[in-house]
Amino acid sequence: MSDPVSALAGKVSEGPVRIEDLAPRAMITVRGKLSDTAITEALASVSGLAMPGQRGIAAEGEKRLAWMGPDEALLILPRAGLDAALSGLTEKLGSAHALVADMSDARALFRLTGEDAALRDTIAKVAPVDMMRFPTGEIRRTRLAQIAGAFWMPQEGTVELVCFRSVAQYAFDLLSQAAVGPRVF
Amino acid sequence: MLILTCPCCGVTAEETEFHGGGEAHLTREGPGSDDAALEGYLFHRENPRGVHFERWRHVYGCGKWFHAARDTATLEWFGFYPAQTSEPPEALLEQIRQKRPGWRWRDFA
Repeated sequence: MSDPVSALAGKVSEGPVRIEDLAPRAMITVRGKLSDTAITEALASVSGLAMPGQRGIAAEGEKRLAWMGPDEALLILPRAGLDAALSGLTEKLGSAHALVADMSDARALFRLTGEDAALRDTIAKVAPVDMMRFPTGEIRRTRLAQIAGAFWMPQEGTVELVCFRSVAQYAFDLLSQAAVGPRVF
Repeated sequence: MLILTCPCCGVTAEETEFHGGGEAHLTREGPGSDDAALEGYLFHRENPRGVHFERWRHVYGCGKWFHAARDTATLEWFGFYPAQTSEPPEALLEQIRQKRPGWRWRDFA
């Protein structure tokens, strides 16, 4: 089988904010009521992360476990762990009413790094989010100009952002243009 | 600009992150209903100046449908409540009664 490649093959935009297209990772969407402990326990045991609460995202190394909605969770893992995680989740979920979908090739993942204020400024220009008060450890699904996207801050000075793979070039151009030019904050 | 709070994910955001779904609490008339009821379901909508109940979807966010009550004249939101109900919660109705004495919307007052 051919090797997975990211949408923009690792493209980087340098500037006040560095925008980097990250290497492919495993992304698994799990749909099912997150109030059902069978589902959250399966997610926690496969990921090794505690299931976060509303709009939360847990992070450790390359692993992420995000609350995407009352009945949706997103698991991001190193690409090599994809098959094991899919079979592990399916097995652990057992008869729980849930769906496991491999979304690895459906999305693009970017990392933005830079001075914290410049970074918040860049996102604030393209998304209707109050970036002055956006905390670390929270995931925000929102609109990036004309496309859907989601982002979170693993720590101050870093933003990770996902969008659909088909609009990766748009997102990259949008962010790299927002990163230069007049500051809002 | 309207600013909504999604009751499903708790996010407060402006209206471009959402999508309006029209009037709330419609009865879906189908096969077996009479012509007048079907006509009403298909074509007749409230268009008040004042209290109004609407459906909204958090389309760029969690993707969930929910209900909202607002004043169409002042753009004030009275509240947001889950989609899984056929009528507004009593606490919300009481709050609207206090803010807009004598209001009426369809069968609610």
